[in-house]
Amino acid sequence: METLNYRFEQGQRRLAQPPQVVGVVSSGNLEVLIEEAALNGACEIKISTAAVGFGPIWQAVMQDFQQRWQLADTRISINDMGATPAVVSLRLDQAVQTMLGEAP
Amino acid sequence: MSHAVSYLESNARERLRLLFDAGSFEEFLPPAARVISPHLGQLNAPVAFDDGVAVGRARLNGMPVYTAAQEGGFMGGAVGEVHGAKLVGLLRRAVRDQAKAVVLLVESGGVRLHEANAGLIAVSEVMRALLDTRAAGIPVIVLVGGSNGAFGGMGIVSRCANVVVMSEEGRLAMSGPEVIETANGVEEFDSRDRALVWRTTGGKHRYLMGDCQRIVKDDVAAFRQAAIDAINALTRPSAPSVPLTLEALEQEQAMLAERIARFGALPDPLDVWAAQGMAQPQRVPMLEIEPFIAAAQTVRMGA
Repeated sequence: METLNYRFEQGQRRLAQPPQVVGVVSSGNLEVLIEEAALNGACEIKISTAAVGFGPIWQAVMQDFQQRWQLADTRISINDMGATPAVVSLRLDQAVQTMLGEAP
Repeated sequence: MSHAVSYLESNARERLRLLFDAGSFEEFLPPAARVISPHLGQLNAPVAFDDGVAVGRARLNGMPVYTAAQEGGFMGGAVGEVHGAKLVGLLRRAVRDQAKAVVLLVESGGVRLHEANAGLIAVSEVMRALLDTRAAGIPVIVLVGGSNGAFGGMGIVSRCANVVVMSEEGRLAMSGPEVIETANGVEEFDSRDRALVWRTTGGKHRYLMGDCQRIVKDDVAAFRQAAIDAINALTRPSAPSVPLTLEALEQEQAMLAERIARFGALPDPLDVWAAQGMAQPQRVPMLEIEPFIAAAQTVRMGA
C-alpha cells in the first residue's frame, strides 16, 4: 500500500453538502469520499492505493481534476484498488456531481 | 414508465437507494465516520470506509424498517470484525427501536479470512442477534440477488431469517463451488461448469428445495415488492410465528429428512427436479419467472 497526499490552495467552488461516497473498493476500481472541510480555501486529497509507485500519474490526474473543478474547503479521501487514471477521473467527477446534485 | 434496474448489476448503495422509499435511507456509521477494519491495514490490504456494509433505517412503502446492504465488490462481501459488528448493532437497534421489520440485502462469500477468528465470531454474533430480533417479534427478510451470492456464514445467517427472497441469478449455499471442488475433487463438483453451479446453488433450485420462500426476476422493483409482501404476510393477525418455535424447527427437520430420503442419492439437480415431478426438468433453467413459479407450485418443498 502507498499513501499520497495533495493540497491545492485558493479554490473557487464550495460544496456545502453532506459527505458523499461513490465507487467501490474492488479490483480496478476505487471509492471516493468527498466532504466539506474548513481548509482555508484549499482542497486536500488523500489517496491510499494498492498499486505502489504511480505517484507522478496520480499527481497529474489530481491536477487535472482540480483544474476542472477549482474546489475550495473540500476534503477528498480515496481508497484505490488499482483503478486506471481514466476511471479515477470519472469517479472524481462523479463525486463532485453527486455533491452538486447533478449525478445521473 | 420506469424501466427495470438489475439488482445483480447494482452495487449495495444503489440497491438501498432504489429499493426503499425515495430519499428515506438514513445511514448509521456512514463512510465519513471512517469506521474501518483494524486488521486489513496490518496486512497491507486496502480498506473501505464502510468496511463493505451500509447499515441504517429506511421506509419501505411507508413502513419504518432497518436495513443493511453488503457490498459484494469489496472482498466479496466478506464479513470482518467491523462489518459483522455493524450488522449486530443494526439488529440490536432494530429491537430497541421496535422497527417494523429488518431487511438484509445479503451478498457475501462468508467470513473474511484475513480476519480469521474475529470474522468467525462476528458471524456467530450476527446469527444470535438475528434470532434475538425474531424473538422480539420483528420479522427479518433476506434478499439474495448479487453476483457473489450468500455463502458460508452468511448462507447460514440467511436461512435464520423468516423469509429469503431470491432471483434466479442469486445463489445460496454453505460451501462455494471452488471450495467443494478443492475438498472433494472435480468429479464431485466442477466449479467451472457455470450451468451446474447455478442449477445447484441458484434461486430456482433453492425455491424448489424450500430454501427460499419467494423468487423474483432480477429487478430491484421486484425485490422491493417481494419484501413488502413478505412483511405484510408476516404482520397480519393470522401470520405464522415470527419468533423461531420448536414446532417450526421440527417441521424444518422433517422437511430436510424427507429431502435426503427422496433426493439424497441423485447426482444432479436435473434428476432431483424430475423426481420431484417437474415436467421437462431440462427446460427449468430457461423458464421465465412467472411460468416457473406456476410449474413449481404443486411440487416445491416447504410450500
